[in-house]
Formats: sequence, structure tokens, C-alpha cells
Amino acid sequence: MRFRASWAVILASALLVGLLAYGVASRGQDTSIDEAIASGERIEAPTARLPVLGKGGEGSLGDYEGKVVVLNFWASWCKPCTQELPLLERTHRAIAGRNALVLGVNYQDVSDSALGFVRRFKLSFPSLRDRDGEFADDYGSRAFPETFVVDRRGRIAAQRRGPVDQKWLDRALQPLLEETA
Amino acid sequence: MRLLPALLVLLVFATGAAPQASLPDIEDEVMCVECGTALNISTSTVADQERDFIRRQIAMGKDKREVKDALVDEFGPGVLALPEETGFNLAAYLVPVGLALLAIGGLAVAARRWRRQPSPAATAPEPLAADDERRLDAELASYDRR
Repeated sequence: MRFRASWAVILASALLVGLLAYGVASRGQDTSIDEAIASGERIEAPTARLPVLGKGGEGSLGDYEGKVVVLNFWASWCKPCTQELPLLERTHRAIAGRNALVLGVNYQDVSDSALGFVRRFKLSFPSLRDRDGEFADDYGSRAFPETFVVDRRGRIAAQRRGPVDQKWLDRALQPLLEETA
Repeated sequence: MRLLPALLVLLVFATGAAPQASLPDIEDEVMCVECGTALNISTSTVADQERDFIRRQIAMGKDKREVKDALVDEFGPGVLALPEETGFNLAAYLVPVGLALLAIGGLAVAARRWRRQPSPAATAPEPLAADDERRLDAELASYDRR
């Protein structure tokens, strides 16, 4: 009887510890992309089918395989996003003829506000809507804005956690635009 | 007299109708999706945006449940301060209850064992060996002589 009781206590304790460990681990940030880029590697870009902002249907980063994609996470309430989106729109227009594009990912945002933002800045590049931020989590996202440059084979070649500027975009994009799939 | 049935019908409809939603009633059950705190204590820009969203939903005539559903549609289930009572989320409700039951059960077992144990006063001391008894008597006699 005593033997059975102690096993029950051990099992209950193990379950509790497991639950706590799961809770701690699930709140941790994924740094695998940062580590891979820092060591000069290219890591496969996470993909997910998400609703397209302001349009019916779904889209995915995977739909653009063979293209260079500047993946930008933004929200309408984020000030630095307001500052960099005109640059990203210009970039999108400039690289469109070179089999490349900017793809926005809007999250932690009200869709009406996001659409108002698209109209205000006359954004022509598509944006996906990451309703619950799970796609952003796959990128180890921690703040706005964040940008990832994905090569023609669907691998992340460069990343910037913070606003981008022309210099960074040129440096990250030019070599990838020269590459073939 | 004809007024009575009409009043009864009105009463039935009044009690059956969903309660009017209000921002203070909803914002303490919702999270600020960016800061991870309850919406009613958050002062961030996202929180203001969420509050505007809730106000618009209330203005559209939605009740509390419908406003919360609209919030989940917009931000995902993580926007709710209390998880929905389905799937793995049930653990949030069942684990504390389970632990409480386990603790009560443990205390009950411990109390029963404790009650079964004989008190030290109830147990008679073992008799001394003849040798020890003689030595004790001699010691006590020596104290008496002092």
C-alpha cells in the first residue's frame, strides 16, 4: 500500500515538473535563425498558409519559391514600421522585374487598421495576416519591425531585427538577386 | 387584465436577452496581445487599438460573448485572459482541481496515520534489567544520603 502511494506521489510530481518545464520552454524564444545567420549559414524559412490581408483566400511564403522574398513583419501601430514601409514599397517596385518581391506579414494588429495603413502608404506588395502570431513565433520574432531576406530556394539568407535602411537592403539583396534558383 | 400576459411575455424576453456588453466588463477578461498583460491595466498603443476595436463591436450591438468571439477572430485565442474550456486548455482548469484533490487526499491519509500511532504516554516503558535496576537504586540511595 505504502509502495503504491509513493509511486503515485512520484508520478504526480513528475507530471507537475513536466508541465512546468513545458510552460517555461514554450515561453522561450527561438534563436535558431539568429545563430544560423551569425555563422554564415542559410536556414530553411518557415512557411505557413495564412489569410491574405484585404483579399479572400490564403497565401504562403512557399508560393514564391524561385523568387527572392523580402519578408517584413509589421503592424499599423508600430512607429518604426511607418518609417520603413515607404522604403520597402520602393524596394518592391524596384526588384519586381528581377523575380523578387516584398511580402508583408501583419500581426498583433486590427485588420481594419492594417488595411487603412496599406491604403495610406499605397502599399502594392501583398501582406499575409498572422492572426495569432504563431508564424512570427516560428521566426523567433520579438519586436517590430523585423525583416528576413529569403533566397530563391526558400532559405533565410539575411535578417534584421529592427528597422531596415537602403544600405542594409542593398547589401542583403544584391547577391541573392544575382543567384539562380 | 389584458396587460398581465403582455408584461409576462416582456419579462421572459428581458430575462432571456444577452446582457449588454461594456468595455470595463470585457477588458479585464482580455489580454493586450503585445504586452502580455490584462487589457484593463495596459497603456500601450496596441491596447488602445484593442479597446477601440471592442468599442466598435459594442456599438454594432454585439453582446459580451460576440465581442470576445470577434476578438478571437482578430487576434487568435491568446487574446482571452482565461483559456477556452476545450482540448489541452482544459488542463488549466483541471490541473489545479486535481492538485487540490491530491493535497486533500494526502492530508487525509497523513491524518489517519497520525491518529493510529499510539501516543508516547500510552506505551509502557520497558522494564529495566536486574543489573540496571540495582545500579539505579544505588545511585538514588547515594543522592538520598547527601
